Amino acid sequence: MTTQALVESTSLLDAFDTLDAASPIHTLRAQAFETFQANGFPTLRDEQWRYTNVKPIAKGRFSLANPDAGQVDAERLREHLLHETPCHQLVFINGKFDESSSDLGELNSGVRLETLASVIANDFASIIEILDSTTDIHREAFTALNSSFMADGVFLHVPRGVELDKPVHVVFITVPGGEPIMTHPRVLVVAEESSKATIVETYATVGEGVYFTNTVTEIIAANNATIDHYKIERESDEAFHISSLNVTQGRDTNVTSHNFTLGGKLVRNHLNCFLKDEGCNSTFNGLVMAHDKQHVDNYLRIDHLMPNCNSWEYYKTILDDHAKSIFTGRIYVAQDAQKTDAKQTSANLLLSDTAHVTTKPQLEIFADDVKCTHGATIGQLEEEQMFYLQARGIDAASARSLLIYAFANETISEVKVKEIRDTLEAVLLDRLPQGHQLQGGL
Amino acid sequence: MALLEIRNLHASIEGTEILKGINLVVNPGEVHSIMGPNGSGKSTLARVLAGEECYDVTEGEILFKGKDLLEFEPDERACMGLFMAFQYPVEVPGVSTKYFLKAAVNAKRKYHGQEELDAVEFLKLVKEKLELVHMDQSLLNRAVNEGFSGGEKKRAEIFQMAMLEPVLSVLDETDSGLDIDALKIVSEGVNKLRNEERGFVVITHYQRLLNYIVPDFVHVLMDGRIVKSGNKELAIELEANGYSLLNGTAKAPITV
Ligand SMILES: Nc1ncnc2c1ncn2[C@@H]1O[C@H](COP(=O)(O)OP(=O)(O)O)[C@@H](O)[C@H]1O
Ligand SMILES: [Mg+2]
Repeated sequence: MTTQALVESTSLLDAFDTLDAASPIHTLRAQAFETFQANGFPTLRDEQWRYTNVKPIAKGRFSLANPDAGQVDAERLREHLLHETPCHQLVFINGKFDESSSDLGELNSGVRLETLASVIANDFASIIEILDSTTDIHREAFTALNSSFMADGVFLHVPRGVELDKPVHVVFITVPGGEPIMTHPRVLVVAEESSKATIVETYATVGEGVYFTNTVTEIIAANNATIDHYKIERESDEAFHISSLNVTQGRDTNVTSHNFTLGGKLVRNHLNCFLKDEGCNSTFNGLVMAHDKQHVDNYLRIDHLMPNCNSWEYYKTILDDHAKSIFTGRIYVAQDAQKTDAKQTSANLLLSDTAHVTTKPQLEIFADDVKCTHGATIGQLEEEQMFYLQARGIDAASARSLLIYAFANETISEVKVKEIRDTLEAVLLDRLPQGHQLQGGL
Repeated sequence: MALLEIRNLHASIEGTEILKGINLVVNPGEVHSIMGPNGSGKSTLARVLAGEECYDVTEGEILFKGKDLLEFEPDERACMGLFMAFQYPVEVPGVSTKYFLKAAVNAKRKYHGQEELDAVEFLKLVKEKLELVHMDQSLLNRAVNEGFSGGEKKRAEIFQMAMLEPVLSVLDETDSGLDIDALKIVSEGVNKLRNEERGFVVITHYQRLLNYIVPDFVHVLMDGRIVKSGNKELAIELEANGYSLLNGTAKAPITV
């Protein structure tokens, strides 16, 4: 371990010392922390971190969030919850399950939807294998860090042939205090053969202050399972947000994940998807809306390991002011993965001269009968479209908002949970001049 | 008062002069046709009128209902009653025709201090105007011009014109690429809107359209100038002899 990493992680050492060493998970945590300490935080020299400097996080001196956050502004909390949609809703405040604002509801027979804290305390054996199967990923610094502090989150297990009746909405709210705080939520989703589920993750804050969210989600889809996943990130402009989504797909599975990045000062979303058997379909779409000096880095890696799998990635970015966005789409096609169809698109809309986009496909193809395409566009609003709208009487500001909205709405309209879709639309419109006029959809 | 008065209009793009002294007066109730070979500046004239900002007007003036048109933004011009049907209507993915039209109609109403149309009134107006161009209501839910055939785009322009009820309409080659049936529909749409208050400038490449929209005046535009003006007979003459006869011969506008 380098001295730098050592010095920088003293606050992490202090934090680690506050954990309950008697917890069944503590051995795993200690192993993970050792791994983390051995490697330290990634630097710009790491190929995968070339464009994102995490020094502000390394030097952040974050302490574990106080789970008893005290009085939470109910009005602001409400904004992030689902109200009209029948769902299983789990709310976590500063990393800890908040029973009073949650509603687990009735579950189909055999479905397990539990907090990770309770599984760790009562039935740790049932998840140890799942956590072990992802140890490989522990090599990734932030996943190791998450494992080091893992304490609560969600465990969803959908048994064979069961279709979860309602979406699961998991809400992670941080209530920052005077000192910088961190949370390390973990979400485990295991979908057995021919099962089906919809999962929505929301990340947001209530209050002001610096904080760091370091979250890891695992989705394991067994043969013929269907998973529809959404991640809505609405952190504050003081927040550091690092997320990892690890997807493992078995034969004939369909996994769709939509990632909406709307907030955060420094954001990194890391996706690993392993297509381990034939006939998989994977769709990973994203929408980034960034302004001020926001920095958003999306790193996607899809491993096509077996033949006849399709993957589609479509990431859209809208950048204003001095915002910065990076999109890296790495696609690995193993020698056996014949008839792979991988399509990757990165579309970027720049609203200012000072916004910056880096978009980079990385294709590593070892099979010869494959179709891999990638496309990237970076541009401003189309002048001819602006002129056309104005020539019909629509003023320049409204025309501009309308075109931005149309660009973003292509991704938003794909969200199948209406209330989430409406929320995203409202957040978007709120940021656009004359946006309220666009309410009600195009 | 003339509806439109163009005096010695010079316009250039990126330093190249395209319009080299245009004079044109359109009075209420009149239909003027502008003909001319490709590249003569017809679309440039239309787009300068509509307010496309990439053109520099270097000389001359344009009066619209007595007001200095160049003072106004494109959207203001539209609200004042100017309409330009695009030679190449623009696709706007993600924006439904319904939303777009509602925004356009209400922008104009707001400009004139009128109440916005409610959903019922709007739909009633839409139905009435769609009939004019023989288009189906399903158009409303399609994104503006996206995936429309050439003919559909042109008919949609006329539909928009009908919705906005402009006092001056400039149609830029709305006939190009239309089969005879579509041409008849488009012409019928225009003719239904003709009255003693409205004026039309019909830009076309072919005399054919003028069999259906009979103009009061025909002007020939060549190399940025109107080189000849006349009545509808001029169009027939042009069709027979082509523009070549006019090449180099007519230096100044000839009025018949
Ligand atoms: N954006 C542009 N930049 C430079 N030249 C242009 C541009 N647009 C049009 N032109 C030129 O202006 C002239 C007139 O074009 P246009 O008005 O489109 O003619 P028409 O509509 O009569 O065919 C042509 O020579 C064309 O090449
Ligand atoms: Mg033209």
